Amino acid sequence: MSSYEAGFRVWRGDTEGGGLEDFKVEVHDGEVVLDIIHRLQATQAPDLAVRWNCKAGKCGSCSAEVNGRPRLMCMTRMSVFTRDEVITVTPLRAFPVVRDLVTDVGFNYTKAREVPAFVPPSDLGPGEYRMMQEDVDRSQEFRKCIECFLCQDTCHVVRDHEENKGAFAGPRFLMRVAELDMHPLDAADAEGLDRKTTAQDEHGLGYCNITKCCTEVCPEQIRITDNALIPLKERAADRKYDPLVWLGNTIRRRGR
Amino acid sequence: MTQVERQQWDVVVVGAGGAGLRAAIEAREQGARTAVICKSLFGKAHTVMAEGGIAAAMANANEHDGWQVHFRDTMRGGKFLNQWRMAELHAQEAPDRVWELETWGALFDRTADGRISQRNFGGHEYPRLAHVGDRTGLELIRTLQQKTVALQQEDFRERGDYESGLKVFQECTVTRILKDEDGRVSGVFCYERESGRFFVIEAPAVVISTGGIGKSFKVTSNSWEYTGDGHALALLAGAPLLNMEFVQFHPTGMVWPPSVKGILVTESVRGDGGVLRNSEGKRFMFDYIPDVFKEKYAETEAEGDRWYDDPDHNRRPPELLPRDEVARAINAEVKAGRGSPHGGVFLDVSTRMPAEVIRRRLPSMYHQFKELADVDITAEAMEVGPTCHYVMGGIAVDSDSAAARGVPGLYAAGEVAGGMHGSNRLGGNSLSDLLVFGRRAGLHAAQYAGGLGEGGRPAVDEDQVDAAAAEALRPFSAEGPVEGEPDEGRPPENPYTLHQELQQTMNDLVGIIRREPEMGQALEKLGELRVRARRAGVEGHRQFNPGWHLALDLRNMLLVSECIARAALERTESRGGHTREDWPEMDRQWRRANLLCRLADPTGNLAATDPVRGQIRLSREETEPVRPDLLALFEKEELVKYLSEEELHE
Ligand SMILES: Cc1cc2nc3c(=O)[nH]c(=O)nc-3n(C[C@H](O)[C@H](O)[C@H](O)COP(=O)(O)OP(=O)(O)OC[C@H]3O[C@@H](n4cnc5c(N)ncnc54)[C@H](O)[C@@H]3O)c2cc1C
Ligand code: SF4
Ligand code: SF4
Ligand code: FES
Repeated sequence: MSSYEAGFRVWRGDTEGGGLEDFKVEVHDGEVVLDIIHRLQATQAPDLAVRWNCKAGKCGSCSAEVNGRPRLMCMTRMSVFTRDEVITVTPLRAFPVVRDLVTDVGFNYTKAREVPAFVPPSDLGPGEYRMMQEDVDRSQEFRKCIECFLCQDTCHVVRDHEENKGAFAGPRFLMRVAELDMHPLDAADAEGLDRKTTAQDEHGLGYCNITKCCTEVCPEQIRITDNALIPLKERAADRKYDPLVWLGNTIRRRGR
Repeated sequence: MTQVERQQWDVVVVGAGGAGLRAAIEAREQGARTAVICKSLFGKAHTVMAEGGIAAAMANANEHDGWQVHFRDTMRGGKFLNQWRMAELHAQEAPDRVWELETWGALFDRTADGRISQRNFGGHEYPRLAHVGDRTGLELIRTLQQKTVALQQEDFRERGDYESGLKVFQECTVTRILKDEDGRVSGVFCYERESGRFFVIEAPAVVISTGGIGKSFKVTSNSWEYTGDGHALALLAGAPLLNMEFVQFHPTGMVWPPSVKGILVTESVRGDGGVLRNSEGKRFMFDYIPDVFKEKYAETEAEGDRWYDDPDHNRRPPELLPRDEVARAINAEVKAGRGSPHGGVFLDVSTRMPAEVIRRRLPSMYHQFKELADVDITAEAMEVGPTCHYVMGGIAVDSDSAAARGVPGLYAAGEVAGGMHGSNRLGGNSLSDLLVFGRRAGLHAAQYAGGLGEGGRPAVDEDQVDAAAAEALRPFSAEGPVEGEPDEGRPPENPYTLHQELQQTMNDLVGIIRREPEMGQALEKLGELRVRARRAGVEGHRQFNPGWHLALDLRNMLLVSECIARAALERTESRGGHTREDWPEMDRQWRRANLLCRLADPTGNLAATDPVRGQIRLSREETEPVRPDLLALFEKEELVKYLSEEELHE
């Protein structure tokens, strides 16, 4: 098995501030960035703070920016870098730092609470739900989300615009609205809740100008923009004219 | 007296996995003000990793299924050591628990007529696992998380505060259960990761749902959270653990590259048609069908292959034997020199299904191998080998109420609770277990807390708070080198090194195949590690300090590992997740014995325990006889394989 020594620059610090720290660290065949961070902990920096759980791309805990790109550290193979490249690991930029690579992602939990929950149909009891696979496919795609918040981190609406955070739910939670809106049995209508208009009026859908940056970083390869945001805009725009929908449609047609 | 923040709640749930969240939802719906505490962020608990599905006899895929059949499969899988009343309740209530998830917004894969689709899994007679591709655990966690939020939204509408009735304390860790003078639960002592601050939650009822212990082993499918905290908390609070020798090694973990060794390859790969081959290309599982299962499994490849389409007239392929059987078989093939290049065997779907079907049915497996091992599973075979996956042993509980024995106010549910799965768990039976017993634990904890009334609440003993705080801070003042002496004075130990040594010890000496002398060595090594762990030191300060947290987790891993090693040494037979090379047969007399582990020094003062004799005392008790109407669900010929003569005549 071949191994080599890699150069790492890891951001270290806390709410007071901090900076990049250089390390030399051993790398073995088949390893991912998270393995290297763990090796730093075990050998050079025992108090280096990092979040992780599954180490298999399933829990969405280990989000960070690797050479400036939002990624899951456990799914970033060292083999994608050259051996002489210095690898820079920094915390997610859109959220306040807690310590080292750990950020305060509370924004996302606040937004999650603002989306009204699934409304069960009043005429169906447990065990009586019937839904066809093709009707649940779309919402299931959105439910693949592992809440890594990489899309929330990358979206330019909030990335460097703290001031937009109040009004904008971010791609993950706009997608949650779309998921419920497309759920075949969601009975929100019966309660007078129109999810499409709330997306526009309460969750800031209008801020999104379909740049697709969120889709690009999604480790689950969910087509957030094409399958959730644009259709939501279309449905919301039934009554309101939104030039972006028109634009989105044109882009999509060209993409085919 | 230590000045720490205090809060008062009715029920505290330790753990936000499937069991913990289901318990919390129930407790809150019963009207109890409920606090949930978890080590990671909300929605990241281990349950999120579950892949294959939730077992429930809804009979959507095969009309012959029913709770009796599910009960039977569960008892067979556990080799009849299961706490049978739990297996009964589980089989009966699982369908309702799954259907209820749909009313909370879950979207399972569908049958052609629009019901919940069910898939085959090892040891289950009919297709029984409700699933969403191979990310069922994510669906389960997300649904429970969203139901939790839905309840918080209700509370907000009523009281203007989302967290007035149900609050999640994320990235907080419980290090001690507190009790009053009469030995009743009075609360929990915790630290918050972010700030490193301590706090106490005063509550008369505590539900432990902290999951498993896999991080004591080197090769495991489990995450960092699985340090056996709940098991240790219960022991320290004076509750016994049941049958800790039973640890499940899942037959198919990744074996290469080294950094992903142990990561799970879901059993659905085999349930959907994947086969196991050795280096000679042989489907070796046909040679490993044990006597107890002879009539139930195909004898030829042709019959096994026909079963996928016509299960009523053919028997299932032996790749779908219970996990312990498959894991042992793989182990034996590798030992005999017929393994794959990286020390596993081959698991192949590429020759069994078209590429696009593989990508649709097993999307995360496709992704996982592609991303982490450069293997395209639609074109070539995977290499797999056993990995430490699940602990059947756990806190001894009352079957109906999930109450831990001997400590009023303490409840346990999920992987941390013992009994339900006997000596071996069937795939899919954990997620259903979480829902069934999570709900029961939440219900009974809320009723118990409600029954005490305001005046009847147990008081927190301040000495215990002081002791817990001192214990948690010790790693910061571990003895360093002595002034004026060479470096070898008494340097503090590195917690990461201690952890690695512990993992290696358990893996090598108390692993999948066990032998008496090796377990003796393991106990010696554990004794040594225990002494060294008292000197585990940390650098830096208290904010989000992983070295500190690991130093604290070591106490729990050492306690649990000792339980496993002692119980494994004691049980001189092989059964389910416990295989003794020196006692290879299953012994019907042993079926009547449960092994209980208790803390040797009930004051919980770990420092005082004898270095040689250890911290754990074992005792035996007789299992409760299975109720006759449940026994009547089996053929007599089958029962004689499991039950002793005396039991059969009773
Ligand atoms: C890769 C994988 C795949 C699996 N697939 C399946 C499957 O398909 N079907 C199936 O039935 N089973 C499956 N299992 C098993 C099943 O997922 C687990 O047994 C189950 O999820 C455990 O759930 P739980 O609620 O008991 O605990 P968990 O979900 O692990 O939750 C434990 C919780 O306790 C918290 N906690 C732990 N210690 C402390 C502490 N000291 N203080 C505060 N909080 C604490 C953790 O933070 C976490 O929130 C699988 C397991 C793995 C590893
Ligand atoms: S498509 Fe919309 S939500 Fe996604 S990154 Fe661009 S602006 Fe943000
Ligand atoms: S949508 Fe994708 S990028 Fe966004 S949180 Fe979910 S998994 Fe992560
Ligand atoms: S650790 Fe779970 S996604 Fe990386």
